[in-house]
Amino acid sequence: MLEIRGLEAAHGDVPALSGVTLRVAAGEIVALLGPNGAGKSTLLGCVAGLVRPRAGAISWDGENLLAVAPHRIVERGLAVVPEGRRLFGSMTVEDNLDLGAFSPRARAARRESLERVFALFPDLRSRRRQIVHALSGGQQQMVAVGRALMASPRLLMLDEPSLGIAPLLVRRILDALVEINRAGVAVFLVEQNVRAALTLAHRAYILEGGRVVGEGEGPALLRDAHVRRAYLGPLAAGERDA
Amino acid sequence: MTILAQQIVLGLLLGGLYGLAAAGLSLVFGVLKVLNVAHGELIMLGGYGAYWLFALLGLDPFASLLLVIPGSLLLGAALFLALFGFVVRAPEETRIKNSLLVGFGLALALHALAVRLFTADDRSISTGYGGAVITVGPIAIPVIRLASLLVALALIAALHLLLARWRWGKAIRATAEDWQAARLTGIDIRRAYLLAFAFGTALAGAAGTLVSVGYSISPSIGLEWTLKALIVVVLAGLGSMLGTFAAGLFVGVAEALSAAAFGGPYREVIGLVIFLVVLVLRPQGLFGRAR
Repeated sequence: MLEIRGLEAAHGDVPALSGVTLRVAAGEIVALLGPNGAGKSTLLGCVAGLVRPRAGAISWDGENLLAVAPHRIVERGLAVVPEGRRLFGSMTVEDNLDLGAFSPRARAARRESLERVFALFPDLRSRRRQIVHALSGGQQQMVAVGRALMASPRLLMLDEPSLGIAPLLVRRILDALVEINRAGVAVFLVEQNVRAALTLAHRAYILEGGRVVGEGEGPALLRDAHVRRAYLGPLAAGERDA
Repeated sequence: MTILAQQIVLGLLLGGLYGLAAAGLSLVFGVLKVLNVAHGELIMLGGYGAYWLFALLGLDPFASLLLVIPGSLLLGAALFLALFGFVVRAPEETRIKNSLLVGFGLALALHALAVRLFTADDRSISTGYGGAVITVGPIAIPVIRLASLLVALALIAALHLLLARWRWGKAIRATAEDWQAARLTGIDIRRAYLLAFAFGTALAGAAGTLVSVGYSISPSIGLEWTLKALIVVVLAGLGSMLGTFAAGLFVGVAEALSAAAFGGPYREVIGLVIFLVVLVLRPQGLFGRAR
């Protein structure tokens, strides 16, 4: 479905991605892990059309995504929950969700999508007329995921959805992702919260210094020595297959 | 006391036009992050549009709004495609300075063009009902200026509704708030920019029409109106059209009061004082979002 080959990108003169190759198949949950500054957000920016790569290819159902105008990418069935949520804070929950269904294809399915979002996050139904600024971080993250879902995507891409959110709500967001995935939507999850991400991901890639340095199935990576040492801390590295 | 009340009423009536003039500037600034210093010249052009429709075709100035507004919309779209569309391609940090260059250039060109085509004379539309006044006790309210205030208020309310309810109105607000996020949701932000600029120009055209009927126009009124609009925008802050209108009324009344208290020449000073005080104490404006 999504195929990235030999992707190179830079911020000014500083290289951010050097030859990244990865793919996401239909129905999968794929995690992209790695430390701060590894290039994870840049990679997502390239796919979403916000960052122009220097070289490489991104294809979506065989179509060259780099040739698609940025605002038309979401129409192709590819929705992004950006880092820091990037909601329209002075607008209501409902307006934000409405804007998620802006593309013509999504607008046709607006009512059903809205019901699906409210079923997934019941809190939002009662808060639909509230201004987004007034919501907690976790609720805002629900709006952000909801806004992306309103586009009826086939692939949902999320950049650090657990950042700055109470642990209890992180769990709810991640559970929602599993549920979204069960409905047939592929999920591409960029996360620093490695343990959480690996418990739900079918596969994962590890990005360091702009390169893919490892990939594998979620549970297997959770046991991998390098992953344990680098991302789960010395304590976890010492655990014996808990 | 009566004189003071009369001054306040006249200030309020003029303030409505300040609010209308400022709404267009605010919309363009808020959405495109571009300061159109030629906004006053667009007001001037709108005024001439109404003037010539009146002088050549005998069209009532309030009726000519129905032509001036669509005409200004098209002019705005054309100016965006020819000039400002290139400015918004630059990163946000460099946009302001580029827009100042383009805007001043446009302002000078339009001013020169207007002098050439229309001469530098002051003109105003004098209709049959031009001298009519409504008297409330000792206060006289010129009918034309009152009608202008109501038209301005109606236009602002219409714009407010458009931005609140219409699909592309929401898209314009979303683009103003975060253009990258807007793009992620599938909004063609160039179209949002184009619409915002066209609406801003339409508001300028409408304001010009009302200026030409209640007051007077000449090719050189542009800078003065840009300045007034800028003061109102700074006072109101970005993001609320109704707030901008209220700030316009406030500036109008403040000018009237300062003229009454310190004499006519001080009318212009109070606006600049407001400008400075707001920038020091509340840079986001009275109704603006804190950034």
